[in-house]
Amino acid sequence: MSTEHKITTQNVNFKVFRFNADEDYLPYYEDYNMEVTSEEVVLDILNRIKWDHDGSFSYRRSCRHGICGACAIKVNGRSTLACKESMNDMIDLFGNELTIEPLSKKRAIKDMIIDKADFWDKHAAVQPYLVAEIDEAPTSENLVSPEEENALDDADLCIQCGACHYACPAVEHNEDFFGPAAFAAAYRFSADVRDHSETRLADVNEEKQGVWDCVKCFECAEACPKEINPIGKITKLHQMAFQEGIAKNNVAVRHAVGFKKSIVKNGVLDEGGLVLYSEGPAIVKHIPVALKMFSKGKIVPPWGITKSENLDEIKKLVKSSSTAKF
Amino acid sequence: MEKLKYALFTGCTAKQSTPEQMMSTMAVANKLGIELVELTEASCCGASHLQDYDDFLSLVLNARNIAYAEKHGLTMVTICNTCQLNTAMTKHRLDNNEELKAKVNEKLAEVGLEYKGTSPVTHFLYAIIDDFGLDKLKEMVVTPLSQFNIAPFYGCHNIRPSELQNETHKSAENPYNPTSLDDLIIACGGMNVDYDEKNKCCGFHAELQSPHTAAALTGNAIAGAMDNNADWMVTPCPLCHLKLDTQADHASEAIGREVELPVLHMQQMVGLALGCTPAELGLKHHVTKVDFV
Ligand code: SF4
Ligand code: SF4
Ligand code: SF4
Ligand code: FES
Repeated sequence: MSTEHKITTQNVNFKVFRFNADEDYLPYYEDYNMEVTSEEVVLDILNRIKWDHDGSFSYRRSCRHGICGACAIKVNGRSTLACKESMNDMIDLFGNELTIEPLSKKRAIKDMIIDKADFWDKHAAVQPYLVAEIDEAPTSENLVSPEEENALDDADLCIQCGACHYACPAVEHNEDFFGPAAFAAAYRFSADVRDHSETRLADVNEEKQGVWDCVKCFECAEACPKEINPIGKITKLHQMAFQEGIAKNNVAVRHAVGFKKSIVKNGVLDEGGLVLYSEGPAIVKHIPVALKMFSKGKIVPPWGITKSENLDEIKKLVKSSSTAKF
Repeated sequence: MEKLKYALFTGCTAKQSTPEQMMSTMAVANKLGIELVELTEASCCGASHLQDYDDFLSLVLNARNIAYAEKHGLTMVTICNTCQLNTAMTKHRLDNNEELKAKVNEKLAEVGLEYKGTSPVTHFLYAIIDDFGLDKLKEMVVTPLSQFNIAPFYGCHNIRPSELQNETHKSAENPYNPTSLDDLIIACGGMNVDYDEKNKCCGFHAELQSPHTAAALTGNAIAGAMDNNADWMVTPCPLCHLKLDTQADHASEAIGREVELPVLHMQQMVGLALGCTPAELGLKHHVTKVDFV
């Protein structure tokens, strides 16, 4: 195999978000046309805009090695660590018209620089540290086995870049929602055998800010440059709540549990029954929509449900394979 | 070409709150000459919620569903994005973890079943695109949808996580710029509408626990389509459909603006182009009236 490496050049048009909160009433986009070489990363482009075009162009970067998390921005709506993302890959993905924006336009302070206060506040709120009684004069090492370390499932690799947080629609619409990065941090410490926090898991399960408001869109998994898969950690936090017996009897919890109830009875879901079990008396608020659906033949009564064939198999499997209790 | 044949996992919604989706799936398959063998033994996939409570149980049930497709020796086809995700995720985990697969099979053996990993799992949208082919579909169009601006709404669970999706579908999809549904609209003779929310979340899965977030997401999606002159929307997911079709009032309230658009299942759109009748496609089962046919 030849190791010869050809450097190629392509012409790219960049549409770059510009805003200075001190001077501008509204953000605007500036166009920059450049010859981009196959060797460059996105950060090289940011540097060239600053060095060759406009010295006032602002962005964060520090390590240039994908480890400080400062340089996360968006290219064509996709979060990226500017210092690690190859320009060639971006061109392959989106073509030669690229839009460069900060992670969150509404939080922009200056160009790519955003106010990350909500991110840090929520991070701080989940006790992102070990809560443990430390023996000040230990006589032996506090060993953690490789298996126990594996349980962290790479959550400890988070660099707090904020890419997942600002890609999360639940963060945008529920200002209390802790967000995927904070949940990944909560999982990282709650899954640590040395940790003895008595409040963290309950806090991240609270209705107002907790894991249950995740809409399961997988934007966080897609956005994370470290492949931490925050929604996977959210799933684990859900499961931990049941394991630790702290899952509260609320609509979100009953909704998850309700699927099993329905499956064991019908194999398939009883949609109406699930809403009724989840909501309890609060079901009345769904009546207007339910009536409209009913008039269009969209509601099947419990006695009209076609159960799965071989239902006895399903019942048997639910019995033998259940691992959680509520 | 040999006749295409799949094992159909209908999921629960098509049998209950979106009967029109079941009707149009069968009507379109019939027109295209695709044979669908319904997996009547299948259980609910857990709809991306059961695993929050009991991950192992969710794996076993989904593996059982796939095992039935394997018994037929057929590729499983789903008609719900969330069914697709849950099923494909189960398959991915079992195919990449012998120990887990053995554990699941130990349970399945109790009922005389085995998960082997021999049946691929794909969504009907991708079966049409990857296996049937859009060129062939184009030739069969009798009523091109040329007077309509149609807004594609992809639905999260067909495009994210892309790593899993791209291992499942033959045509790789960029989750930040998906094209499959746009291509399908064009093949049906329609004009595809580009808008920011086409690859965003409809909020369905948090509707009960987080009604404001869920309604705002639905509202933004409909508003985005309206602001880009869409006549109607189209989606491959019955759950997105339920949200967009039945929740326009909540959505309008949440975003402080009246929004409403007819929403078709992708099967209904294809069916219209292929000359199916409104009755065959169940168009009367929509809450937001389909008034353009
Ligand atoms: S999956 Fe949940 S946490 Fe992740 S981005 Fe979506 S709503 Fe946010
Ligand atoms: S989880 Fe990933 S995307 Fe989110 S802050 Fe950490 S490194 Fe960044
Ligand atoms: S996602 Fe919906 S339709 Fe698909 S099997 Fe599950 S509940 Fe049923
Ligand atoms: S500069 Fe530190 S992660 Fe990019």
